[in-house]
Amino acid sequence: MDFALLWQLFIAFFRIGLFTFGGGYAMLPFFEKEVVERFGWASRDEMIDIYALAQSVPGVIALNTAIFLGNRKAGPIGAIAAACGMIAPSLIVIITIAVFFLQIQSNLIVLRIFSGIRAAVVGLVAAAAVKIGLSSLRDGFGVMLALAAMGLSLFTDLHAAWVILGGGGLGFGFYVLLPLLRAQGEVNE
Amino acid sequence: MIYLELLLTFFKIGLFTVGGGYAMLPIMQDEIVKRQWLRADEFIDIIAIAEMTPGAIAVNTATFVGFRMAGVLGSVTATAAIALPSLFIIIMLAAFWERHREHSWMKGLFSGIRPAVAGLIAAAAFFIGRTALLMPPPDAASSGLDIRSAAIALAAFCAVRFFRVNPIRTIAVSAVVGLVVFSF
Repeated sequence: MDFALLWQLFIAFFRIGLFTFGGGYAMLPFFEKEVVERFGWASRDEMIDIYALAQSVPGVIALNTAIFLGNRKAGPIGAIAAACGMIAPSLIVIITIAVFFLQIQSNLIVLRIFSGIRAAVVGLVAAAAVKIGLSSLRDGFGVMLALAAMGLSLFTDLHAAWVILGGGGLGFGFYVLLPLLRAQGEVNE
Repeated sequence: MIYLELLLTFFKIGLFTVGGGYAMLPIMQDEIVKRQWLRADEFIDIIAIAEMTPGAIAVNTATFVGFRMAGVLGSVTATAAIALPSLFIIIMLAAFWERHREHSWMKGLFSGIRPAVAGLIAAAAFFIGRTALLMPPPDAASSGLDIRSAAIALAAFCAVRFFRVNPIRTIAVSAVVGLVVFSF
């Protein structure tokens, strides 16, 4: 086993995890710096493909990217080393903050500060919904799916996992099966 | 047993989060708030803390909730659990995925999942809004829509949506604004 490589994987993703805030696309430049420029584990074009891939598999995008690259460089053990590196900064930083936060949570000044922050988070999440909506709703069927998903979430107790699975099933039916059936029908005529 | 419960819950969250970031909010809300591991307002605080600290939001949230429920070991359990589905799926399917991701059936599947996720996030914004905007600030006398909170939410939305202000900066500014406006 190449321990030097495993250590490199751990450290590279530790650095990425430590210096990026917010996750998602914010992390891409850091991946490029470490993975492409420093270690040469992937080319810049490959990195973009891997990032796209990481977004279409379940899980956290940054973690998926780390796991994919770790797996590619050193197999499953490499994937684990990369994942541990990615996770370690969160564990250290968040546990430290959590200890403090639980102590100051009921302080009046802290309460006021968090009243402001909570309101801002509403705006942030709404902006994320609009952004994802604009990039993913390309036709009437997509808009209907999104509205149905929103309605189900707002007015029923249906678990979000079922809504996501249902969306996948309907998308498969509408965009893959339906065109196939239509083509079949035209052949028969 | 709390560790097993944390493991299963965050495994499920990791498995059903597609697209990362805010896409995990609806499922986390279903699992964490409905299970009463956190109150709705604490859940929003944690989103803000997760956003302001290094690392991916979902990982940070898992770490925080795990710590809250069962200390350091709970934290490690929850964080490992959220990564496990990714580890299994990517190690097993990496080669297959690279060959087939351009296939029409995969695209069809995701053409349906993405709009559903967009709808779910919109619903999450409503739920979070109900908690943050209707909940009286620390020393307010009345409940009902709080105008100051609504104004901050709208300003944050516009800052991020139209002026591309960094979310961390938006949260930092809203903290200062909150301290000022809720003190009078």
